[in-house]
Amino acid sequence: MRMKLAATAAIALTALPLTASADGDVNIYSYRQAYLLEPLLNAFEKETGIKSNVVFAKQGLAERLEREGRNSPADIVMTTDISRLNDLVERDLVQTLDNDVLEENVPENLRHPEGKWFGLTTRARIIYTSKERVEEGEITTYEQLADDKWDNRICTRSGKHPYNIALISSMIAHHGEAETEEWLQGVKDNLARKPQGGDRDQIKAIAEGVCDVSIGNSYYYGNMLKDDSQRPAAEAVRLVFPNADGRGTHINISGISLTKSAPNKDNAIKLMEFLSSPEAQNIYATANTEYPANPNVTPTGLVAEWGEVHPDSLSLQVIAENRNAAVKLVDRVDYDGE
Amino acid sequence: MSEAATSVNPGLTPPLLAKRTSRRWMISALLTTAIVALPVLSVIVLAFFPEENIWPHLIDTTLPRYLVTTIKLMIGVGIITLAIGLSSAWAVTMCEFPGRKFFEWAMLLPFAVPAYVIAYVYTSLLDYAGPVQGALRDWFGWANASEYWFPEIRSLEGATLMLGLVLYPYVYLLARAAFLDQSPSLFAVSRSLGHSALSTFFKVVLPIARPAVAVGLSLALMETLNDFGTVDFFAVQTLTAGLFDTWMNLGNLGGAAQIATTMLIFVVILVTLERYSRQRQQQFAARDNRDPIRRFTMSFPRQLICVAVCAVPVVFGFVIPGVTLGVYAWEYFDESWNPAFLHNTLNSLFLSGTAALTTLLIGITLAYSRRLHNTRGMQVLMRLSSLGYAMPGAVLAVGVIVPLAGFDNWLDNLMRDFFGVSTGLLLSGSAFAIVFAYTVRFLAVSAGSVESALQKVTPSMDMASRSLGNSPGKTLVKVHLPMLRGTLITAALVVFVDCMKELPATLILRPFNFETLATYVYQFASDERLYHSALPALIIVLAGIIPIILMSRSISNTRSMA
Repeated sequence: MRMKLAATAAIALTALPLTASADGDVNIYSYRQAYLLEPLLNAFEKETGIKSNVVFAKQGLAERLEREGRNSPADIVMTTDISRLNDLVERDLVQTLDNDVLEENVPENLRHPEGKWFGLTTRARIIYTSKERVEEGEITTYEQLADDKWDNRICTRSGKHPYNIALISSMIAHHGEAETEEWLQGVKDNLARKPQGGDRDQIKAIAEGVCDVSIGNSYYYGNMLKDDSQRPAAEAVRLVFPNADGRGTHINISGISLTKSAPNKDNAIKLMEFLSSPEAQNIYATANTEYPANPNVTPTGLVAEWGEVHPDSLSLQVIAENRNAAVKLVDRVDYDGE
Repeated sequence: MSEAATSVNPGLTPPLLAKRTSRRWMISALLTTAIVALPVLSVIVLAFFPEENIWPHLIDTTLPRYLVTTIKLMIGVGIITLAIGLSSAWAVTMCEFPGRKFFEWAMLLPFAVPAYVIAYVYTSLLDYAGPVQGALRDWFGWANASEYWFPEIRSLEGATLMLGLVLYPYVYLLARAAFLDQSPSLFAVSRSLGHSALSTFFKVVLPIARPAVAVGLSLALMETLNDFGTVDFFAVQTLTAGLFDTWMNLGNLGGAAQIATTMLIFVVILVTLERYSRQRQQQFAARDNRDPIRRFTMSFPRQLICVAVCAVPVVFGFVIPGVTLGVYAWEYFDESWNPAFLHNTLNSLFLSGTAALTTLLIGITLAYSRRLHNTRGMQVLMRLSSLGYAMPGAVLAVGVIVPLAGFDNWLDNLMRDFFGVSTGLLLSGSAFAIVFAYTVRFLAVSAGSVESALQKVTPSMDMASRSLGNSPGKTLVKVHLPMLRGTLITAALVVFVDCMKELPATLILRPFNFETLATYVYQFASDERLYHSALPALIIVLAGIIPIILMSRSISNTRSMA
């Protein structure tokens, strides 16, 4: 009797998800939270009638895609940084896409040369300083973070976080590994506390007087201003776009790839085109204070107030290639240690 | 004859086992174990194919710290769970004090709080902007963090406390069941021989309860070893942190699988050592002795101590987190209320319920097969089937994908070749995959408790039933299952609550647009929007309370029933 019950349940279980990914939809494996995608996907459905289905996880989606092979239901993978996109290419899980709309909407430096991924938004990794305790212009470059002057005054999240890894990768590209190691050691020596929490927590730490300077992505600040409980902390800091007068500020991208298996390829391409269109790009900018990848879209609101960013023109590919070197560097200087 | 020679269990005499039925039990145990062991085996296979050899770099840099931190964390959590679990179980079982009946089940409440949720809550309470430090600043007139010292919650000590607070119920649960099971006459004899209550506890009560306590403690410690959410949030660098770093940042899944396998070996050694050290013990309760427990009547100060021993863990492990979540949920109700809640709750209940039932059935099959056929081989099978618990959930999820997607694609190729139709993915990406992962992960919980309970049933029961002409199956259904009713319900409910809280495997394996309460909480928490996740987090906790109350009642009933 119990066995029968279990068997029935098992059959019901396997049947359950089949209804969730019908043909004619578009299926997304996303490293970005589903609720952040919702406004975009709703707009897409309204325009085209195509429904989107999402699985969100921070780990394991590439492995799932790989193992599911040609039968994978996923059409699209969305990521929040370049190294995940590069992983997909290296594992040969995504396909080349030659598409005029995407090529027009996404500038060359923000997409894969063969169309294996396309950037949708950019985010600047900037320096936050205390309005009270740091003069305007006192720090203007990433390199200065290693100055003795900031001893015991810097807070960051873990050196191993992909956003920090990408920043360190860009430093390696510009200065070489040895010099970057020295720099990273300098930054570590200046830390006011062991790396912890997220980017918002560092801004809060400045407001609390734990430290005076932190590193963080630009959109976190924007999102903190929108939240009543976090606004006071955000208002205590000033934004510095580092190296603006030199090589430019380090940027990372959130991006999208078409999987090799893509059972709903036409729909997937439509979605990719839509996400790079002005309409969707504006949603990105206003909803999550990110920079549109599409150069024809003028950002509004807070992103516009920050003015034009001068981005580091370093190829994202190079940043992705330096990733493993950067990770090991973080271990060597024991950045996350006590 | 050969069976008699290999049989370790002195109780069951082989002639009573009709060969065919015994073989049927063994084969079903073998098959089940083979299926359940697949994910762990997949991970072990992955470990043979690393992208690069990760060890020289690890040994040169972070490995020593990972190891030391992991061991410190495990020792700390071990001490806390033992101290709280044993003392409260003893107090509730053996002492008479006001509120005893209430604490009997209330001690289990922290079990309903996921470790990552309690970590979020205490961080928001104790960090600089939180109410505690705010009040202190107002009181003493401090201006900012540089003017005073306050313990850092995001630390090894903080993580130890958090995990200890939500994991001690494992020890409490099993210790209490074991104390209830002990014959009061043993205690009385020890006292009459001149031992004090305390020395009786350590010399008689604890050694008898040891198998159960060891199971509870090892569950708590394995959970600690595999925890990623809490240690990641607190920036405590354990081996699991190193594992995820190798996987996600270095893109070296094989290297990560090697770390996971190493952790697995570590766990196996620990568990084996514990078992080896009590290898020669064999206990059977004399079931006819069912004297009611005579609880100590105590002086008022002692009663107060008992109340404190029980109240403190419940207040810190449940009341404070629960109330805090309630307040946040109330304040952010408009932003966090979502009509999908009901749906997510049903998903959670359905998956957890199915997994609890499956796990229980498999647990019974394995434990009973071992009873019928107690060979080395069966023991190894038992251990093999429990390994899923010794692996981080996300790694196990990859181990689940490998065989399921492999099977799906094999079948699909076959169908394409022979019939020209594609069956696509049947198991991978289905709710079945999640239930399978839950079963593999939590089988250790049910199989372990069923096994230890079954061991205490004297073999003369089996012999009596079998000599009356009952088959092994009938004996199980008519004799053992009714006797073990309490244990079975408890095992199923523990698995149920564990499944409700499970996060990493669910995230990776779930179908499209599929949320459980835990994944729903996570998508906000992972975006640094803790407040928005308060309401669903509160629902997980509330949903966990009901099985906990049921669980506690079922344990008390086993005693009063007799």
